[in-house]
Amino acid sequence: MKMTVISPGPLTTVQDAGRFGSMQSGFSPGGCMDTRSMKIANILVGNEKGEGVLEMTMMGGTFSFDGTSVIAITGADMKPTVNGEECPMYKAVEVKKGDVLSFSRADSGMRAYLAVAGGFALPLVMGSMSTNLKCKLGGFQGRKLQKGDEIPLRQSIELAFVGKRKYKNEVKYTKSITLRAVLGPQDDYFTEKGIETFFKKTYTVTDKSDRMGIRLDGEKIESKNGVDIISDGVTTGSVQIPASGTPIIMMADRQTTGGYAKIATVLTTDLPLIAQAKPGTEIRFQCVTAEEAIKLYKAAEKEIRLFEYSMYFER
Amino acid sequence: MDTIRFLPCGESAVTVNFSSEINEECNRKLRYFVREIEAQKVKGVRECVPAFCSATVYFDPFLTNHKKLQKALTKIIDSYKEEGSGKKRVFLIPVCYEGEFSPDLDDVCKHSGLTKEEVIRIHSGTDYLIYMLGFLPGFPYLGGMDSRIATPRLDSPRTSIPAGAVGIGGEQTGIYPLASPGGWRLIGRTPVKPYDPEREEPILYKAGDYIRFCPVSESEFEKIQNDKDYRVEVIEA
Repeated sequence: MKMTVISPGPLTTVQDAGRFGSMQSGFSPGGCMDTRSMKIANILVGNEKGEGVLEMTMMGGTFSFDGTSVIAITGADMKPTVNGEECPMYKAVEVKKGDVLSFSRADSGMRAYLAVAGGFALPLVMGSMSTNLKCKLGGFQGRKLQKGDEIPLRQSIELAFVGKRKYKNEVKYTKSITLRAVLGPQDDYFTEKGIETFFKKTYTVTDKSDRMGIRLDGEKIESKNGVDIISDGVTTGSVQIPASGTPIIMMADRQTTGGYAKIATVLTTDLPLIAQAKPGTEIRFQCVTAEEAIKLYKAAEKEIRLFEYSMYFER
Repeated sequence: MDTIRFLPCGESAVTVNFSSEINEECNRKLRYFVREIEAQKVKGVRECVPAFCSATVYFDPFLTNHKKLQKALTKIIDSYKEEGSGKKRVFLIPVCYEGEFSPDLDDVCKHSGLTKEEVIRIHSGTDYLIYMLGFLPGFPYLGGMDSRIATPRLDSPRTSIPAGAVGIGGEQTGIYPLASPGGWRLIGRTPVKPYDPEREEPILYKAGDYIRFCPVSESEFEKIQNDKDYRVEVIEA
């Protein structure tokens, strides 16, 4: 069985939970920008949480199916339709042979996710199905999707009670968000005033943001003696302050190491929010301790795992 | 000795900083540290990224936390015994310093006041320690370049540098493992692929290995490039 790309949208790639274990050779982890939406979409169709899905950016594509399958759409609202009829999000939906699934521009949010029951029959490269555009590897032929691509689907899994498979706590994307962050690793490169600026002022997402990093505009953060460090490891969520003084939040396709001081690290739990923030979105940072951050991480994971568990009985 | 610092990177990573300056001894210690973390399978650790004088350790917050990990990692650091320099793995990388492969060799000559032959002799006369890999998959940050051939980066970077290009950027030298924009002065090109997704080990070398550049002619370059069975020579020195 396969899914055919009638139109791809500007940037549609296959992504999963990420490519881990090769960072020390310089490979970015990649993977879905909004891993929470990925997990929910996969759970809805009975897949493993980290299975490969399609990530569509700003505008979705049009796809056709050559057999019966079950799909789920999460993340940004791109007003999905099946054969022209509205298709609900955050819900398992059956598609039949010849059905055409279509998306338009994102109303709210930046990235929509499409999971197909059973997943894509694509090879894993270094343990992952994620597309690494820079290295041209993984995903579908190492590139973004193009018109005419035929994505092979694995054997569809049996799903009874499709109608009961829905998720109720979907996130509403707003014009202003708060990101929680732990100070460090290089907070000592900044003055007291600089750190106060970072946590008190409002920043704005710029259109120079992509899968590598979200670039913010706003008041410059004062450093003590410059921001150059001896290059060290970067984390997804690291907030780099380059010489310009305005923050960049490092995202999925980030480099593995970097030479700018990192004032703080956004919680993994809050990365889905920034992944969905359109240019112009207002950002405030809130300081939490590492202990609080771990508690919040566990709580967010617990919510997902409980949802996964509840769906287990809807097979 | 420098004090070792544990710097939190959010809820699931910590950067362990060994020193505030780059030197071989610190890097050796760092490699011992990473090797032991991997060998001992320290509870909760997902992976490590070693850099010049630090290593970032990524972990599962369900299995460990900053405090527990710091305790386990400190034990490893304390178990380090100064080793002799020991044997080193040296990768002999063929490099053609001629023709279209070396568009900026003249700049290096001008800046250093040396002849082409001298620059090539100096550049290929050192075993360079790979301190870390980063920036691009397989991009080696090499230490030990002779400062006589140090040359500032280009004022405006090239938009595309071909895979295999060998360059000098300030006090550093390195190889571009895949096509990328970049501002280094290009003085040669290697026909071997430091990064090959088709190879079992996609990246040729690891941090801690050494690289020696071995001059080859344009015809040898072509021969190696067309030889599917060509293997980079590795010696123990």
